[in-house]
Amino acid sequence: MAQPANAAETLSPSGGAELVGLVNVTKRFPGVVAVDDVSLAINAGEVHVLLGENGAGKSTLVGILAGLQEPDEGHLSVNGKRTRLASPSASLDAGISTVFQHSMLVPTLSVLENLILGAPWWQSSHRAGVEARMDELKRDFALSLPLDARTGDLSLGQQQQIEIARALLRDSRVLILDEATSMLTPQGAEELGARMRQLTDKGLAVIFITHKLSEAYHFGHRISVLKQGRLAGQLAPEALSALSEAEAIEQVVTMMFGRSSDSAEPIRRKTTATAQIVLSVEGLCTEGDNDVLGLDRITLDLKAGEILGIAGIDGNGQKQLAEALAGQRPVTSGRVSFDGADITGLSVSERRRRGLRYLTDDRLEEGTVGAFAVAENTVLKDIGEPPFWVSGIERPARIADHARDLIKRFAVSTPSEATPIGRLSGGNIQKVLLGRELTGEAKVVVFNKPTYGLDLQNIDASRDRLGAVAADGTGVILISTDLDELMALSDRIAVIEGGRIHGIIENDGTGEALRLRIGRLMAGEMDKETVEV
Amino acid sequence: MDALLTDAFLSSLLTGAIVAAIPILLAGLGEQMSEKAGVLNIGIEGMMLMGAYIGFLVAFETHSIWLGFLGGILGGMMVSAIMAFLCVRLGLNQIVIGIGLTIGAEGLTALLHHFQFSRTYPRLPAPVRVDVPGLTDLPVIGSSLFGRHPIVYLALLGMIVLALLYRRTNLGMTLRAAGEKPSALDVAGGSVGRLRVAAVMFTGAMAGLGGAYLANIGAGLFLPFMTGGAGFIGIVLAMLARGRPLWVLIGALIFGAALSLTTALQVAGSNIPTDVIQMLPFAAVMLVLVLFGRRAKLPAALGIAYERGAR
Repeated sequence: MAQPANAAETLSPSGGAELVGLVNVTKRFPGVVAVDDVSLAINAGEVHVLLGENGAGKSTLVGILAGLQEPDEGHLSVNGKRTRLASPSASLDAGISTVFQHSMLVPTLSVLENLILGAPWWQSSHRAGVEARMDELKRDFALSLPLDARTGDLSLGQQQQIEIARALLRDSRVLILDEATSMLTPQGAEELGARMRQLTDKGLAVIFITHKLSEAYHFGHRISVLKQGRLAGQLAPEALSALSEAEAIEQVVTMMFGRSSDSAEPIRRKTTATAQIVLSVEGLCTEGDNDVLGLDRITLDLKAGEILGIAGIDGNGQKQLAEALAGQRPVTSGRVSFDGADITGLSVSERRRRGLRYLTDDRLEEGTVGAFAVAENTVLKDIGEPPFWVSGIERPARIADHARDLIKRFAVSTPSEATPIGRLSGGNIQKVLLGRELTGEAKVVVFNKPTYGLDLQNIDASRDRLGAVAADGTGVILISTDLDELMALSDRIAVIEGGRIHGIIENDGTGEALRLRIGRLMAGEMDKETVEV
Repeated sequence: MDALLTDAFLSSLLTGAIVAAIPILLAGLGEQMSEKAGVLNIGIEGMMLMGAYIGFLVAFETHSIWLGFLGGILGGMMVSAIMAFLCVRLGLNQIVIGIGLTIGAEGLTALLHHFQFSRTYPRLPAPVRVDVPGLTDLPVIGSSLFGRHPIVYLALLGMIVLALLYRRTNLGMTLRAAGEKPSALDVAGGSVGRLRVAAVMFTGAMAGLGGAYLANIGAGLFLPFMTGGAGFIGIVLAMLARGRPLWVLIGALIFGAALSLTTALQVAGSNIPTDVIQMLPFAAVMLVLVLFGRRAKLPAALGIAYERGAR
């Protein structure tokens, strides 16, 4: 049995020989340790699943193996020999091919051209040779591709097959599939799972990165869990095959979302929720496409003075939900009622006037104009409105007064209200945004990742302010990927995955049990108690 | 108008069209390579001018047109090496650097020329011509098409070679990948940086050769600012040609004809005001842009520096 604590001892190769190994690899980026002393063995004939939340270090590990980044400490070994992978071509030469989360094909080239991309420029494309190899792939793996089609015209599933075919054409021994199922339909994911098994049967190693637990269990031979850059635990093939799906998921969830013993549970805010419902959402849907996930029948309500947390792994529809509520994203069906009135068809500015405010997570691009002064940014959403504009004429003195007042109340550290906001730190920009959204009669404020990218001190200050906003009787929707933050602040926590609410859970302060329950929902399970579809 | 359509008029029009088209063709073919690879090379005007200056100087000192061309190539490449270093290696803004290089080369060549020759503009001896036996004696087209300096035929041959390289080898595909999605080429094991540097250097060589042609064959002397926008016309041609060298040639001939029409009309003694006549080539540029501007299809990553891992 694998235990999170002694992960290092469970690394003995039980499948085939070790093809690629990471030995005490550490990678730092400014301000973060992305990968922290991780050792892993990738064995022939195994689908090695890497599981972890956002920011757990999966992408950095992929980057290191693909030759895009080099480790700061530790080293890699290929076939038992210490090796540097200083560039993507070095990684390819070592027999490692990577299928990235976002397609790495040139959309304007034909399929054939993408298959041979990277070949020396003076050679001519050996169409006959590629065709012969493709016939082999068709025989061995049932992979067939329209060689003359324009790549950009094909579906994402087909594009992924091109990338897999390219890896096989290169005789790669290790295939990395980064979040490979996130863009696929459930059926497409099943097919990919079967393909992975075919590949490992031929002696290849597959590294499969996902955050879906059932995929990990069904497709994987070995599961490694990353958490905050560290290897949190591993299930070896013999251990994994002995477990039922439920048992395996239970263990993995403990590794992924369990608290490490050295940190305490956060202290939960005292609730200030009242009985009055200020915002209610019924069956809200938005349009989705290949790039943007659509919302699927979101139903929730929010009471005055309540903080409703929205938990989920980044990119599961949180931004779409926030934008749909703010009126920035068209809604295809469903209803949003605010303060007793239907506001589904109202404009952004009308919603704002009525007291529904939205604090974007995109502080620099969407939230502010970096070259404008702090003062101008404080009234960015009131352009043309009195008292700052009178009959279309700007009143700079009033704007400056307003800005100075906001700077004082929200303790913004800035040389003056005339300083371009782009020069301030993230924490101070966040304070200006907060001040702007809380100006006037705010009844509901939607916060999208309010503490993301801030330093510790500013995180604490922002959380305190969130609590204070709710204590004033304002309803707060708090979108966050930080479970600790949600558990410390929220009265209830809704979990969003794939554009759907998978469950809304009362934050009863049960700590560990609650954390694991939320973690399971975030990883794609449905909550039986709260969801009726 | 009938009086205009004399043999002398047509012959001088055709001759002028070819003389004026060759530098634009060379510049356009060079720019095309850069643009395919994703580098918008606005410095090409400066590369041409440097090529014209060095090309003239070498030809003047050595009395060899061919060494002059070689000098022109090297002169163009000197400027493009700066561009390759700043824009590809360091990833600086291609437009800013390109404009800077053009202005810098304009000033530098004018200054150096002034130091060397003060206010005099020495001429080179008339270039040799290659007469194709039989064909040169044909009326009208004879001497204009078949009596040109060999570099003209080499330029046409170069265009054909480029077209074949783009079609028959992986070069065209690799360049397109670098221009459309450099990250894809990088992870497929290609070297975006090396390819782009090579493309920019090629542009410099072609522009420098074009400049040297302008000075040594076209004019027979060097004048400050003598390129007069030929490089920029080359950029326009490369953008409109959608990656096809033949289209660059067609475009260059159209512009060449417009340019030479100014001379030809003056030779023919037309009574159209000179100011109107001299406007022609630029009117042609605008007309073509209005008619075909929307046909231009540029690579997605054109003008964007590539940095590994920054996605």
